[in-house]
Amino acid sequence: MKSAVVQLPGLNRDRDMITALTMISGKPPVTIWQTETEIPDVDLIVIPGGFSYGDYLRCGAIAARMPVMQAIKAKAEQGVRVLGVCNGFQILVEAGLLPGALMRNASLKFVCKEIKLEVVNASTDFTRAYAEGQIIRCPVAHHDGNYFADAETLKEIEGNSQVVFRYAGGTNPNGSMNDIAAVTNARGNVLGMMPHPENLIEAAHGGSDGRALFASALDVIAA
Amino acid sequence: MITARVTVTLKNGVLDPQGKAIEGALGALGFQGIGQVRQGKVFDLTVDTDDRAKAESDVKAMCDKLLANTVIENYTISLD
Repeated sequence: MKSAVVQLPGLNRDRDMITALTMISGKPPVTIWQTETEIPDVDLIVIPGGFSYGDYLRCGAIAARMPVMQAIKAKAEQGVRVLGVCNGFQILVEAGLLPGALMRNASLKFVCKEIKLEVVNASTDFTRAYAEGQIIRCPVAHHDGNYFADAETLKEIEGNSQVVFRYAGGTNPNGSMNDIAAVTNARGNVLGMMPHPENLIEAAHGGSDGRALFASALDVIAA
Repeated sequence: MITARVTVTLKNGVLDPQGKAIEGALGALGFQGIGQVRQGKVFDLTVDTDDRAKAESDVKAMCDKLLANTVIENYTISLD
């Protein structure tokens, strides 16, 4: 599988993401700059975390309107897998590729710590290497990760199994509704998540619970 | 030249942790009887036209495309 990582001014988790994708797929991803309107032929596009455009106006709002996002939207409509982590998740909701919005953390504080996630849906392209109900560890680092959706949207995404991960064991770090940590679009090929699986993939990180996410998305699951 | 003011506010039912914190701080300063505080944003723009209808429709498009996130926010436009 070929992958790509989006680079925008202010995104700073791109190198961690490139390392994770390289380690797990065995080949480095291509990088896509914000002004590009043609996306190379890849199977997975990743928007990493950071503070695109200084998070001015609203987190991810300006990045979501860059030319590259139109190109990513077109790829997503063709069924290409798109993963947004942290600021990448915020960009995907601002671009309308995912439902809901990400608000300021209920505590008003930036949270940087490890939380627990429950794998709520293990039949997505991004979670097949996990077991349903499995509890994994994952780091978070954000100020605006408080997932909000109106009652109708919430009912819809819960009903369609679009909620993929929930904060587990009372570790919801931001006040997200229904403990939602990750959602997909209706088709299931676009995933946004606040936690950082790319920062828990090898022993040096203190664990590798995030590895299965990339193994799923990159189709490198051992048969 | 037309000056427009855009006011962006959170929709009812959307949690506003910052408004809550401000509400608490006002209470701590001794202000009594504050029902609720909701934080919003104000944008002042100048539009290089004398056509008020065009200015209004342009600013509305700006609100829908960028200035407000209509999933969580409402906006109002006033022209001077």
